[in-house]
Amino acid sequence: MDITEYIKLVFTDYTLRTITLGTAILGAVTGMLGSFAVLRKQSLLGDAISHAALPGIAIAFLITGSKDSNTLLIGALISGLIGTFWIRGIVTKTHLKSDTALGLILSLFFGFGMLLLTFIQKQPDANQAGLDKYLFGQAATLVESDVWLMAIVTGLCLIVMLTFWKEFKILLFDADYTKTLGFNTRFIDILITTFIVLAIVLGLQTVGVVLMSAMLLAPAAAARQWTNSLSTMVFLAAIFGAFSGVFGTAISASQDNLSTGPVIVLVAGVFVMFSFIFSPNRGLLFKQIRFIKNRRDLELHKTLAFMHHIAETHEDISHPHTIKLLNNFQGYTRSTLQKLVDKDYVQLDGNMWSLTKTGFEAAANLYTKQSTEDE
Amino acid sequence: MKNESNENINDSSPSDKTPTSARVIAVKVDDLTVAYNYKPVLWDIDLEIPEGVLMAIVGPNGAGKSTLIKSILGILKPIAGSVSIYDKPYEKQRQLVAYVPQKGSVDWDFPTTALDVVMMGTYGSLGWIKRPGQKEKKASLEALEKVGMLAFKGRQISQLSGGQQQRIFLARALVQNASIYFMDEPFQGVDATTEIAIINILKELRKAGKTVIVVHHDLQTVPEYFDWVTFLNVKKIATGPVKDIFNDDNLTKTYGINYKVSIQE
Ligand SMILES: Nc1ncnc2c1ncn2[C@@H]1O[C@H](COP(=O)(O)OP(=O)(O)OP(=O)(O)O)[C@@H](O)[C@H]1O
Ligand SMILES: [Mg+2]
Repeated sequence: MDITEYIKLVFTDYTLRTITLGTAILGAVTGMLGSFAVLRKQSLLGDAISHAALPGIAIAFLITGSKDSNTLLIGALISGLIGTFWIRGIVTKTHLKSDTALGLILSLFFGFGMLLLTFIQKQPDANQAGLDKYLFGQAATLVESDVWLMAIVTGLCLIVMLTFWKEFKILLFDADYTKTLGFNTRFIDILITTFIVLAIVLGLQTVGVVLMSAMLLAPAAAARQWTNSLSTMVFLAAIFGAFSGVFGTAISASQDNLSTGPVIVLVAGVFVMFSFIFSPNRGLLFKQIRFIKNRRDLELHKTLAFMHHIAETHEDISHPHTIKLLNNFQGYTRSTLQKLVDKDYVQLDGNMWSLTKTGFEAAANLYTKQSTEDE
Repeated sequence: MKNESNENINDSSPSDKTPTSARVIAVKVDDLTVAYNYKPVLWDIDLEIPEGVLMAIVGPNGAGKSTLIKSILGILKPIAGSVSIYDKPYEKQRQLVAYVPQKGSVDWDFPTTALDVVMMGTYGSLGWIKRPGQKEKKASLEALEKVGMLAFKGRQISQLSGGQQQRIFLARALVQNASIYFMDEPFQGVDATTEIAIINILKELRKAGKTVIVVHHDLQTVPEYFDWVTFLNVKKIATGPVKDIFNDDNLTKTYGINYKVSIQE
């Protein structure tokens, strides 16, 4: 299947369209909220919440006997929220580190959830199969009403985020200070956390308990590399998340046996890798390039300074000197000399060099200039 | 420089003019006890801070200085005790109080600019939901200028040096336009120039009638910078004018070893 054919299919095929829309919206909302989790250094939070949701799914099934996704998700939401607020409670009441609390709740709830799932599977009832799709997700089971639900939650989340933008930002940066300004930090915190729980629960059907936290973290981690502004970061994370959803779905749809959730997560991972290497400010590649460039500049500056030193000894600063003089200087190479000529700092005449007036001034200002160049 | 600022203190120090009892009390702490776990880290603290002083809180590491400030500001919940600001409970007087936290208490890699951080100082008076506008921006730029950081307004905060970050925090508190300032080690890791710049700003605040409370580690500079001092080590050891109580006796009681800080006459 080639690309144009696939794009046509997205618009005409009902199932594919639903899945694509669903994963795109899911990616966008988790990316957005994930920025908050990442900046609060709560990377494990998503993991803890999604794992904490599992027993809720099982219990909802045991009580209602229904496999309707909305019913099960309400169960997931409740147990996800309980898990989250236990984590909060543990952290504030006992002074355990938050990663300890997260890890504890994660494994307790997940263990309990798995226990319930095995119990359900042992029941002599034909209806029980299929709950395990929540472990790894099954995008193919998305229907239009699921997508609507995601869209509504995303819309709500956007409204709340825009309304409380300033409060979110200051809480993320400096919670103690926020308190002294008279803001109810608990309220802001609960608002953020509740939306994170909602987004995660919505994603369970598509991506599953085990991989859900990657949806939260990967787009945000990638976005952080490209910007130093919170709003841009949140926006980019939403875009990366949405594209992970769309590309992931496309790849898994065209290779018919790949399950969608893991592919989406892998695509998100590619975004992260790409960003870590290629982003202009923080990326490894450009850091390396800057490093090499700085080292070259330094060699150039050292040579220039050395020449300045020699030129100073003569009354006429542009008095020619022999190139041999430079040979026992470390930083000097033919190419540095050529570069200085290119910059019009130095003139060559046979075996002699002389500093130009600009070159002399540049050399004199070399070490005082640094600070002004900065701004 | 040293002598100059010394003179400054001597002629502008309010403690010379008025006896303690007649002065307005800006901050009053009653029977404050704070514990993180079982053992109290602050024990039954009573403290009265008169209006218009520039006060140092001194004490060894772990004495509870940061904890005291955090409890006064309602960041920590004490086991017992109460705090009042100008005779009213702290909760009703928040607008009068500004806070400069210890620099290490936040993540400086947060995606935001210097100006943006300073602007956060206006959030309190803005209240919920309302966004800062031109007026807030102008005030923030002025605060940046005052701390000599205007040129760095657009800088990502991780690309500032430690001393510059400290100044940003100071500007954020200045923009709150409060009456009482609490500062946790504003001189931590700053060079001599920045230290002088900061202390001059603090003295200016005092001149404007504000009360400034500073956690301070360098005992040598206490008499030079401050007119009021509180010795703290779990309990309050002493509080009062520097010239009356900043002596070897109180230092020894606070730091536990024999202290001989020769105080300039
Ligand atoms: N979050 C916390 N949990 C448990 N104990 C704490 C916590 N923060 C501080 N402590 C303890 O409370 C005591 C007082 O700490 P505090 O930070 O107030 O001291 P400090 O006087 O500010 O010290 P420093 O000069 O090192 O800043 C110390 O013994 C410290 O170990
Ligand atoms: Mg401290």
